[in-house]
Amino acid sequence: MTSDLPGPFDALVGGEDGAAGDDRLSPTALDRSATTPTDGPLVAVDGVSVGYGDVGVLADVSLSVDSGEFVGLVGPNGAGKTTLLKSINGVLAPDSGSVRVADETVSTLSARAASRLVATVPQDTTVAFEFTVEDIVEMGRTPYHGRFSGDSDAGEAVERALERTETARFRDRSVASLSGGERQRVVLARALAQETPALLLDEPTASLDVNHQVRTLELVRDLVDTEGKAALAAIHDLDVAARFCDRLAVLADGDLLAVGPPEAVLTADHVGTAFDTDAAVLPNPVTGTPAVTPFSEPGDADLTVHVVGTGQRTARTVSVLSSAGATVTVGVVPSGDVAAATARELAAETVTAPAFAALDAERETAARDLLAAADAAVVVEPVAAPLRALVRDRDAVVRVAAADGSVPADRQSGERSYHSDTVTPETVLAGVRRALDRPVEADD
Amino acid sequence: METRVWATVWSVGLAGLLVAVVLVSATIGPVSVALPAVAKATLNAVGVPTGVSLTSGAVALFGATVSVPVPDLSYTYLFSLPVESTDETIVRGIRLPRIVLGATVGFALAAAGTVMQGFFRNPMADPSIIGVSSGAAVGAVATIALSVSGPFSIQAAAFVGAVVTAFAVYLIATEGGRTPVATLLLAGVAIQTFLGAVVSYLLLQAGESLEQALYWLMGRLHNAAWSDVAVTAPVALACVFVLGAYTRDLNALLLGEEDAHTLGIEVERTKRVLLAVSSVVTAAAVAVAGAIGFVGLVVPHMMRLLVGPDHRVLLPTSAIAGAAFLVATDTVARAGPVEVPVGIVTAALGAPFFLYLLRTREVHSL
Repeated sequence: MTSDLPGPFDALVGGEDGAAGDDRLSPTALDRSATTPTDGPLVAVDGVSVGYGDVGVLADVSLSVDSGEFVGLVGPNGAGKTTLLKSINGVLAPDSGSVRVADETVSTLSARAASRLVATVPQDTTVAFEFTVEDIVEMGRTPYHGRFSGDSDAGEAVERALERTETARFRDRSVASLSGGERQRVVLARALAQETPALLLDEPTASLDVNHQVRTLELVRDLVDTEGKAALAAIHDLDVAARFCDRLAVLADGDLLAVGPPEAVLTADHVGTAFDTDAAVLPNPVTGTPAVTPFSEPGDADLTVHVVGTGQRTARTVSVLSSAGATVTVGVVPSGDVAAATARELAAETVTAPAFAALDAERETAARDLLAAADAAVVVEPVAAPLRALVRDRDAVVRVAAADGSVPADRQSGERSYHSDTVTPETVLAGVRRALDRPVEADD
Repeated sequence: METRVWATVWSVGLAGLLVAVVLVSATIGPVSVALPAVAKATLNAVGVPTGVSLTSGAVALFGATVSVPVPDLSYTYLFSLPVESTDETIVRGIRLPRIVLGATVGFALAAAGTVMQGFFRNPMADPSIIGVSSGAAVGAVATIALSVSGPFSIQAAAFVGAVVTAFAVYLIATEGGRTPVATLLLAGVAIQTFLGAVVSYLLLQAGESLEQALYWLMGRLHNAAWSDVAVTAPVALACVFVLGAYTRDLNALLLGEEDAHTLGIEVERTKRVLLAVSSVVTAAAVAVAGAIGFVGLVVPHMMRLLVGPDHRVLLPTSAIAGAAFLVATDTVARAGPVEVPVGIVTAALGAPFFLYLLRTREVHSL
């Protein structure tokens, strides 16, 4: 009766099969328990200041990253993003403040001990030597090798990392022969082979095309969700950062401007301050996460333009006109439409209507008033007949072709004012200027 | 594991090549000796050290004679095969010491060159890049020109000059506990230039011993004795063994120092060890053989083309290939009617070969 305890423990301990299953799972399980030694965040940056010589780069920065959390570090070039990452992985020792990872102060750890806690994917992943992919990934096991002893877990860890990053199929190829996106995944695999609770990425998507950017960040997201890693990535592209990260930290000039969920952090205000530019922040119509549209500087087009239309191309048209400096009015537009959201952010005045409702007299009058006040009208095709009717009698109407380039031909009588040429959202301003310069031709 | 097998296969293969080169080399000379006799005499020369005693040696220093203790090893020989005594004397007494010393020097220089190229991530790096050879030259030429004599006096002075120079370059390039590789490289070049001036001045003062000094500068193995081997070989083997323990670190350093740090390498400490050990092994080789060029530059490149950049394979194979290369070139150096210093042969053969590699393969990417 001493060892054969019947009861609830049986289910936990299990038979032969259960034990084998436990063995197989144990590395991950151990890793996870190692990632959460206490209640505190896994990565805790506390009042860190770093300078190079007399130049201060980070001033009193505090930030935490929990296990199972993906935090994006955004900010302009030279804001100190890379410096912050380097003070977390121990490459730089902070002048003041402390960085703790898994309750260990990084600056007091040996490189070997630190590299078992934090793995880093550097910005520059070029490897000038003919190492094979497997060689590079295997280098991730360096922290576990003794000088004269091997690392018994190496094979398994390397296999898992190759598998996870889908790099196994070119394991025997030279890294020098890979494309930028493939090489990025190989270096990520190297970081995974380190089996650390924390993962840092410095501009992991900077040199990648859209497809590889999304794949890389999806993989990081997945690692955070399934393996409970704490990930901190410096990310250039604000929209991409907003889409994949749980929280964003905006770093500008060595200061943390804001930390929080993307919707709360990515405001026109913060972006404007951090990047010293004007920007519009709108939900991305596909992902629903904030999307940032920066303007280098507002143009000086001294115009009032009324835009009629719905959907993505209308939103684009509004933003192009607005960034050119034109005063934009919009309507009538359904309140849930992406164009309505853009208009709320950028337009001087907007007439919105509930979706699918018939155009009522009050809104029609409001839209006609705005049209009358505008120098030019822009119709973003295709538009519904009642909206088309709004512009029927006025001059200087420019048509933005539909996404497929088509311009509906069904002209009702009296639509005399359409200009013969059509434009895209990007060229709408030029179209408006032409329409205002040229006398209107009757039916061409 | 696979890497270890790969390294072993290559090393064993090259070791076989080395043995073959040694045996063929020992047959060549003014008197040719048949290969079987060479093989037997060589086997007879294989001994294991079984005891050590101290004898006293006299060192004449600026007129005064000082007695210094010199360790003297006694050996037990494993074989006693019947060989004609003249053959045995020629092979064992004259040719083998020179061949084994050449192999040791080639082994040391190629290993140090491999480490330096990886360390500096620079294909033009060679063992003397931080001034080791120049320092050795100053020590040796000063000893020759100032007529200091004694057992190993030239070698000792060269060795001390080499180590002191390497240490000085390291100190000059170090600031706040960090030694940037680029600074080290530039400090090495500057010190080499300065020491070159010192050597030129010493040569002007050398008088009758000018010829001896020039021969030393060209690098040569003649007059090699077993005693040279006994001093150099243990140092070379021990140093290369230590470097071998750092091959994984060298691989990580190839990725850049910051990457190496995030992979758990104590970058500055590793750099110090690699610099110190490769400087000592280069100093040991240069002290007995003079400034033999190109072995430490060309051999690692050849081996990198064959076995790839992984230092776990590259270092042992380069070292053994370097041994075979220097034995072969020294055989060429002494086979002609007039013996030429082996440094001339290594440079004359090595430079065109290097240019060939440069034009046909991608040596520029290291």
